[in-house]
Amino acid sequence: MPNPDPLLSVRDLRVQVGRRGPQILHGINLDILPGETYGLVGESGSGKSVTGLSIMGLLKRPLNVSAGSIHYQDQNLLKLAPRARRRLRGDRIAMIFQEPMTALNPVASIGTQIAEMFVIHRGLDWPAARRRAVEALDSVQVPSPEERARAYPHQLSGGMRQRVMIAIALACRPDLLIADEPTTALDVTVQAGVLKLIDELCRAEGTAVLLVSHDLGVIANMCQRVGVMDRGRLIEEQDTVALFSNPLHPYTRGLLAARPRLGSRVEGGRKRLTELEEIVPPNARGHDAPTLVTPRGVRAARAEATA
Amino acid sequence: MTGPAPLLEIRDLSVHFARPRPTIFHPAEMLRAVDHVDLTLHEGECLSIVGESGCGKSTTALAVMGLQEPTAGTVLYRGKPLNGPGAPGRKERARIAQMVFQDPFASLNPRISIGRMLLAQLSLHGIASGSEARDRVAEMLTRVGLSPDHARRFPHEFSGGQRQRIGIARALMLDPRILVLDEPLSALDVSIQAQIINLLMELQERLKLSYIMISHDLSVVEHVSDRVAVMYFGRVVEEGGWKQVFTTPTHPYTRRLIDSVPDMDAVLAQRRELPPPAPVPDGARFSPDISARPDPRTMPEPSHLATIGPDHRVRLAGKAP
Amino acid sequence: MRFNFVFGLFLVSVVVLAALLAGLLAPFHPIMDADLMSSELPPGAPHWMGTDAQGRDVLSRILYGARVSLMVGVVSQIINSTIGAALGISAGYFGGVWDDFVNGLTNVMLAIPSLVFALAIMAVLGPGLPSLLIALGLTNWSWTCRIARGSTLSLKSQSFVLAAKAAGFSDWNIMRTQILPNIVGPLLVIGTLGIGSAVLAEAALSFLGIGIRPPTPSWGNMLTDARELLRTAPWAAIFPGLAIFVTVLGFNLLGDGLRDMLDPHMRTRRE
Repeated sequence: MPNPDPLLSVRDLRVQVGRRGPQILHGINLDILPGETYGLVGESGSGKSVTGLSIMGLLKRPLNVSAGSIHYQDQNLLKLAPRARRRLRGDRIAMIFQEPMTALNPVASIGTQIAEMFVIHRGLDWPAARRRAVEALDSVQVPSPEERARAYPHQLSGGMRQRVMIAIALACRPDLLIADEPTTALDVTVQAGVLKLIDELCRAEGTAVLLVSHDLGVIANMCQRVGVMDRGRLIEEQDTVALFSNPLHPYTRGLLAARPRLGSRVEGGRKRLTELEEIVPPNARGHDAPTLVTPRGVRAARAEATA
Repeated sequence: MTGPAPLLEIRDLSVHFARPRPTIFHPAEMLRAVDHVDLTLHEGECLSIVGESGCGKSTTALAVMGLQEPTAGTVLYRGKPLNGPGAPGRKERARIAQMVFQDPFASLNPRISIGRMLLAQLSLHGIASGSEARDRVAEMLTRVGLSPDHARRFPHEFSGGQRQRIGIARALMLDPRILVLDEPLSALDVSIQAQIINLLMELQERLKLSYIMISHDLSVVEHVSDRVAVMYFGRVVEEGGWKQVFTTPTHPYTRRLIDSVPDMDAVLAQRRELPPPAPVPDGARFSPDISARPDPRTMPEPSHLATIGPDHRVRLAGKAP
Repeated sequence: MRFNFVFGLFLVSVVVLAALLAGLLAPFHPIMDADLMSSELPPGAPHWMGTDAQGRDVLSRILYGARVSLMVGVVSQIINSTIGAALGISAGYFGGVWDDFVNGLTNVMLAIPSLVFALAIMAVLGPGLPSLLIALGLTNWSWTCRIARGSTLSLKSQSFVLAAKAAGFSDWNIMRTQILPNIVGPLLVIGTLGIGSAVLAEAALSFLGIGIRPPTPSWGNMLTDARELLRTAPWAAIFPGLAIFVTVLGFNLLGDGLRDMLDPHMRTRRE
């Protein structure tokens, strides 16, 4: 089955600390197809957030891209002039972060902050932009949007703030939304609502999503394809169902085994959890394993290096 | 009721905070962080308190530890009150219950080496000194999976998982009977979580400890608890054995909580069905009504924990019959 | 910037060495070698900084004066830091009425110009070194107190403080072993900057004639004596003034440099 042309192609992306410092990403290859939700999962320090930030062009010094390419619509984002890249940001490629409080401007009303997107990227005048902002708040299911548009970030709950962030991110109907741990700071019942919202809105608009998360459950419920990262490498990539039913890389297997499953406890005492180290010893992780590409698009770093 | 008094009993515990008034003309408002909570911990058990942020689970833990003065109610240890007049002092209390904290970075003093921190406890309580104390520290570090020469190091030299092991070592140094675990895993990576869970379960069995675990992670709670209490806006809304709460979740809030957990098994076609609730008496209404967000400042409606099965209680509206 | 620290340390070391080795370095006795025959001599051999109205060697008096200035600066700042830290830490730790009281007191202290307050204390105690130490030691602790209180407030909610409480340590023990070591850095910065202002305050009070009593040389009373000689012998005023300038600059640079070095953003504490 031929895959459609990817919306975004990342090739051999390498990120380094400074010029001589350690490498953070060791050559990431991934494609995001139009309209799909792609999950990037890994533990802290695996490089999943750095990958998202590199695509967005928001790496903070001393981190810098040392090699590779990120192609979007036949243009290499890494070769783009800063202005052109800025124009894409927020318009064609948008991002939401883990902590919505720090991502919002505390001294501007949320209506203004959403309206700003329409003024900057769509050239609307302020009154028209404000009307669109209220519509946008309505679309992210913020109750009484006209009233809330006048509110300031600190007057909203965490869940509401994340909805506002989504409204800002999706204001210009981007092709790609990068969501970096969008619900990690939220309570579980609020998380369920926010995830559903992201899923519905992006499905309706055909927006592709790159969902970065440490939470296997969130990834499983949201994504069509999943890439697993460990120590700066993409070690496995599969369709979601295939990944969770038949993980190929020992690290993935270890990660899945380490987590207790809700509803899986049987009577008669508690079971010990399988620790990651019992499946993949720490010194076997993070090696450069030759990447295996199969015709069906299933990729996994070869297991021999770690077995 | 048979046998001796339970290890720890929380009786009618309330912690109310005065909310800051916007101006002096506004009436004083009370935030009912913890409101009439009754809980029992038996010897060797793990009691988990689950709920979302602001439900009062952490405040309950602090009150058990004596780190938060309750507005009303008592905490009894083997039948003797831990607060109020005649309660044991801070030092005596330290031998009864200890706490493991959520953030492994904030829970260790960056200026004090691990060894010094652990030795200080032993000398404060006159348990051991000199080489005997150092042996005890080495033994404890080994017990939690670290090496004795880690004693010379400072907190910033350790990873998050190692720090949490140090936090556990510190809590066990005085050989307490109860450990209060306040979100002990939520700051850790998945693979580290498994190690810490295994360590905690192993220590509990080996040292005959009793745990009160505060958590929002239902998968972990189900995995390790003997009993579970679900808190919502300062009150316990459902309580019972782990099996009762997880296989027949009955209060609408418990059901919503379990239903919200993103479950990785769901993708394998067999979407997990929410288990059926236990039957409740005809005409009974659950309290509070979760379709509207309760206002923690107003007086809640009268309600009681009704027994709906063996070792299973839910909060129903109306006075206890 | 590293430069601030190094240059500040250099200036301060020069002044400290001058004070310590005054007995060796000074070519003349600062008081006894008065010689009216050689009064108001311009700089040159053997009086490298000239002489004053009574024919005393300005260089020697500055070297001995450094002892007074540094002693006043350091001792009064130690008193200030102790008071400020004790009040600030206890206020932040206990909160409540005590915190309100300390806060109020701090605000009152900040509202009164400290020099005027010191002047009032000196008026009651009379001039002289001990009363000068007391006056300057009691009037400049408010910033230390504020910083100590603020840092304590943020530290006391950290779980390592709760853990120490749970382990049975007394409040006094927790303040001493858990909180103080964590705020020593900012207190050191404030203290260093405070030495500079104490040196300046000593000079001002001595200049007003209620600080160090003549004939003991201090940079302040040297300026007083030199006031009438500004036309005829400006060096008698310029060199003590320069000494004050260098010392205060040195301590301020050192304080700034320390602050930069202790700034958590400049360090990598976590891995």
